[in-house]
Amino acid sequence: MILARVVGTVVATRKDPRLEGKKLLILKPVSPDGKDEAGYVISVDTVGAGNRERVIAVAGSSARMAEGCKDLPVDSAIVGIVDDVHLD
Amino acid sequence: MYLGRVTGCVWATAKDPGLNGRKLLIVQPVTPDLRDTGQRVVCADCTGAGAGEIVYWLRGKEASFPFLPTEVPVDAAVVGIVDSIHLQPAEPAKSAEPAKPLEQAKPSCGASSIFVGRRSSRGKGDSRFARQHRRRRTCA
Repeated sequence: MILARVVGTVVATRKDPRLEGKKLLILKPVSPDGKDEAGYVISVDTVGAGNRERVIAVAGSSARMAEGCKDLPVDSAIVGIVDDVHLD
Repeated sequence: MYLGRVTGCVWATAKDPGLNGRKLLIVQPVTPDLRDTGQRVVCADCTGAGAGEIVYWLRGKEASFPFLPTEVPVDAAVVGIVDSIHLQPAEPAKSAEPAKPLEQAKPSCGASSIFVGRRSSRGKGDSRFARQHRRRRTCA
């Protein structure tokens, strides 16, 4: 799982029917101390995350185990909204 | 599976119901000689590992297997706390030179052990590990 920040949304009309009603967000991976890291990823939202929020994103086939994502053609899902990161 | 060092934890209130009650740790991947490598990841914990401990973790769908039969949406999980690491020496390159006589050769086995240790607050038997904490012992 990675920490990421929501930076935008994706709108798609023509898509797999199983993705209908799912919110797709653009995520920018961030380090635990808040710095941006390379790349972007599009994730399906299962927790109601909003713009600029820091989230936890799960990748790969585990994304289909998130709530409401069973048998969906997704490989990345947001599974939590970060309240706080504690670094030792 | 990979080696890593626990460097922190993540708090999240709004999350997938499958993650309720699961501790989420920030793990810095390390090499077998405990040097940092790669980017930090968020791992679900099934061992009770704490800050600073060397752990081994895995990624992919298999990371959700320790939590079965509950389907937990995780792709990285800490599955063990490392006590010690033993590294075999690399194979020496073959050369045409004859072997040194025994009395001139250094008494060396070449192998090295790293005692990672456990936190001293973990209970009985930890003092031995605490004494050897992060001490690298080599035979050379």
